Amino acid sequence: MDLLSLIIIFALALFIGYEVITKVPSTLHTPLMSGSNAISGIVIVGAIIIASNADGILAIILSVVAIVLATINVIGGFMITDRMLAMFKKRRNKD
Amino acid sequence: MIEISSNIENIVYLFSASLFIIGLKRLASPNTARNGNRLASLGMLIAIVLTILKYTDNNIEWIIIGIFIGGLLGIVLSKYVQMTAIPQLVAIFNGFGGGASALVAIYEILYPRETITSIFVLGAIAFSTALGSMTLTGSSIAFGKLQGIVPTRPILFPLRNYLNFLLLILIVFFVIVMTIPNFSSLNILYILIVLSLLAGILIVIPIGGADMPVIIALLNSYSGIAGAGAGFVLNNPVLIISGSLVGASGLILTRIMTKAMNRSLANVIFGGLGSEDGSKQTTTNENKLVKSLNTEDAAMILMYAESVIFVPGYGLAVAQAQHQINELANILKNKGADIKYAIHPVAGRMPGHMNVLLAEANIPYNELKDLDEINSEFDSTDVAVVVGANDVTNPSARTDPNSPIYGMPILNVDKAKSVIVLKRSMASGFAGIENELFFLDKTSILFGDAKDSIEGITREIKNLDNI
Repeated sequence: MDLLSLIIIFALALFIGYEVITKVPSTLHTPLMSGSNAISGIVIVGAIIIASNADGILAIILSVVAIVLATINVIGGFMITDRMLAMFKKRRNKD
Repeated sequence: MIEISSNIENIVYLFSASLFIIGLKRLASPNTARNGNRLASLGMLIAIVLTILKYTDNNIEWIIIGIFIGGLLGIVLSKYVQMTAIPQLVAIFNGFGGGASALVAIYEILYPRETITSIFVLGAIAFSTALGSMTLTGSSIAFGKLQGIVPTRPILFPLRNYLNFLLLILIVFFVIVMTIPNFSSLNILYILIVLSLLAGILIVIPIGGADMPVIIALLNSYSGIAGAGAGFVLNNPVLIISGSLVGASGLILTRIMTKAMNRSLANVIFGGLGSEDGSKQTTTNENKLVKSLNTEDAAMILMYAESVIFVPGYGLAVAQAQHQINELANILKNKGADIKYAIHPVAGRMPGHMNVLLAEANIPYNELKDLDEINSEFDSTDVAVVVGANDVTNPSARTDPNSPIYGMPILNVDKAKSVIVLKRSMASGFAGIENELFFLDKTSILFGDAKDSIEGITREIKNLDNI
């Protein structure tokens, strides 16, 4: 993709992010942080791409460390968010 | 490796990114939030599978080993950590994300597939390296502070603001130097890495525990922006979209937090509140007396209250008293009392910290009220119970222009008909300011560990019922 398209994508994504995230209620700010945190682990895609080309021991170490860090971020982030969100319950009707 | 055209690749990435956006959108309500989080993780899975299919030719075993180790660590950490430790867990995950972005960028310089000549790509590499490295060390220090390994009080070293400012200037300088094609040497990269790692440490170390919500939100946005930078480096749109979503999210949360403290971001980072400025203010109340009470008195007051508002703060998390609060609240509810919880945006150590703790104790989220919702209700409330909160209830933020926290939006606990404060000791809050609230006539203080105190009150109420 050419640079201009990428910049346009970047700018539009910022606007979407702003619109979507201002709607999140303060009750859910912690899950929002951990969930968006997990999404930032998307850099795992980049780590996989570089690891596929890695040649030589240092290159492999660098890229595998990047994969490990990103995977912790992704899996840990989504799972802890799920664990938290499972706890949010509405008032049960008295019966 | 499978032949996948770049059009199909980009469409699949777009699909993943759409799932992220829909997932975040579903966080707008607790009813749909869990489903949203799962949609986002599905998007992530799709992106990862596509990337492996398209790009991986060599080293597939290394990639699988990396994912296996990281996945195992992620599962163990997220499954077994206590809910009270969520802030430090989120902080360290954040740091890992930033570290991964930095490594991807560093790799592209060390092992370029072709000589990089584009100033923009070089800039993105330098930018991601710097921001990712700062996020890694900054988050590690934040983790250490929240975990209690690094002292939570602000650590103030001499000339720190000048030093930090100088560091930031140097980082910007070296980022610019790195964008000059054919000029940048690896040494410049190494200097940039070291400076950025150092800056992350030195900027977070003077931050006090109560300012942590701001810093964690800020680091969250850094890790996103570093990821977007890595997207420009690799020419990968899904990285750019996701990175900017997270960047926006972190910045919005940062702004909400600083607004709730009536401070600017610069003031949080360079201000070091809770240190030299605060201590000057503390002498005025030396001769004033506080009224203390025991659990039996507190039980009597609460038993006959028709409306009670609990005001939780970080002390609740420290004492891990959330389940005890729920038990007490249920007893009072059965007696017909109306129970609510007043949550200040910066109560606790990260945005929304109190909500998660109370949710863990099965307290329904619709009883949790934020600042704007609850403040008008205090004057019609019989008893406000402050559990481990301090500065967010200090009326001098409203009344005393000389107070360091003057102008900060607070919970109007002092307007309730009576106030019970659960406190360990008379130590002042993070800002080092005496809290006028404690000296009011209508306020009584129940000294002791919050968990024990609440258990005591519950026991007394049961005893009194049996008489």
